[in-house]
Amino acid sequence: MLTLQCPYCGVDADETELSPGGEAHLKRFGPGSTDEEFEDYLFARQNPKGVHFERWRHAYGCGKWFLAARCTMTLEVFGTYSAQTTEPPQTIKDAITAKRPGWTWGTLS
Amino acid sequence: MRYSGFRVIKEALTGHKGWTAAWREPDPQPAYDIVIVGGGGHGLATAYYLASKYNQHRVAVIEKGWIGGGNVGRNTTIIRSNYLLDGNEPFYEFSLKLWEGLEQDFNYNAMVSQRGILNLIHSDAQRDAFIRRGNAMILNGADAELLSTAQIKERYPFLNTENARFPIKGGLAQHRGGTVRHDAVAWGYARGADSRGVDIIQNCEVTGFRIENGKCLGVETTKGFIGAGKVGCAVAGSSSRLMSHAGMRLPMESHVLQAFVSEGLKPVLPGVITFGAGHFYVSQSDKGGLVFGGDIDGYNTYAQRGNLPVVEDVCEGGMAIFPMLGRARLLRMWGGIMDMSMDGSPIIDRTHIDGLYFNGGWCYGGFKATPASGYAFAHLLATDTPHDTATAYRFDRFERGLMIDEKGMGNQPNLH
Repeated sequence: MLTLQCPYCGVDADETELSPGGEAHLKRFGPGSTDEEFEDYLFARQNPKGVHFERWRHAYGCGKWFLAARCTMTLEVFGTYSAQTTEPPQTIKDAITAKRPGWTWGTLS
Repeated sequence: MRYSGFRVIKEALTGHKGWTAAWREPDPQPAYDIVIVGGGGHGLATAYYLASKYNQHRVAVIEKGWIGGGNVGRNTTIIRSNYLLDGNEPFYEFSLKLWEGLEQDFNYNAMVSQRGILNLIHSDAQRDAFIRRGNAMILNGADAELLSTAQIKERYPFLNTENARFPIKGGLAQHRGGTVRHDAVAWGYARGADSRGVDIIQNCEVTGFRIENGKCLGVETTKGFIGAGKVGCAVAGSSSRLMSHAGMRLPMESHVLQAFVSEGLKPVLPGVITFGAGHFYVSQSDKGGLVFGGDIDGYNTYAQRGNLPVVEDVCEGGMAIFPMLGRARLLRMWGGIMDMSMDGSPIIDRTHIDGLYFNGGWCYGGFKATPASGYAFAHLLATDTPHDTATAYRFDRFERGLMIDEKGMGNQPNLH
């Protein structure tokens, strides 16, 4: 059972209480962007084996969207944080570095 | 060595001393005309058809593990061609026709069993959708029959037709669908390809591509560099990871799909039954085990094992429609990593890099597609043109807005 702590209501929620929402920190492209940028934003995903950042919704709880840092190989959770940010807070990055030194994800490291 | 009934009798009388290994274990040569990355069903089928239909014999298949250890040995063995959309149905029907002639073609007993597949109907809307799908199948040369509740009761008396949360209101049957011994598919294609000169190199992982001036010259592996005129990648759940070595980001995510088998039982289940409303599908293997599965776990994972909520969900679905399942004990469960594409449909196409080709995005429908996928990928690699049945499986369909969204779910891989 995957368990994530909702950063809004503080509940340790089982995965049955949550809805997965795919890759986090996507940069939005819309009117005025090139076709390639728009296609990338809609469809292209990093899908890494290892450190990953994802969107989750506390669907059967407070209903809020939040973000999680997780390892897709070991299913280990590094931490969860508010969705009101464009990149993970330093505490999350430090928690990942402690376990996966030298990790990278897109432009993050 | 050709396998036959005569051969079995001859070997039985001479102490089984004449059997030889089904395929060689060669060391890689410095270069090949075509290198296939991934020795799963699709990669082996590609090599087999390259050698047998397209006269390409300087071919290698490079596999990081062992033949049959990936998804080709992890699926629920179902074959069918009950698709709706124009981009899909001709391809899957081509695949089913190849299944029908496969064992004679590659001289291996793959236990292809056309025991039929039944999709259950629970509502008027679902009946309308299935009638439409059945008509689409018939228009494309496949077979389909709409069954009434009475016919289903007669043929499948153990189903819970009356008191279920989703009462059964009929079904769409494809009698040519069925099951195949999945390991034998890998072994049969491997043996067929090997005997036609293809080198199958196991325990050799591709760690990168050598790309110069926009042209792929070969692959870097754990056994050194292997040169190639063309490189074809067919690595299912590892697609994103492999193609990232070529600087590509694919329209797909990797998810785990779990499958289950019960202890061996006497024959109770005539064919394959799918219960879409409860996310459950089941067949009975020739050994007697009930083989069943359900949905993906729903979040990105490369762990070849799933979590318990889906186990519970699948078993609930089974109990809902098939109450006698509760008397059987679960013997084994396992997971495989699916390359879930954004529209639920696959890609068989060239990449933007000269000499680098891609086959993937099969979601959890890859097994039934194995022969046609191999055939179409071999056609693409040999002729540089898409096979007639696979013209829709291009990378550019996302950019052009021509998604093949069989389930109408939009670009969310975990919903397909």
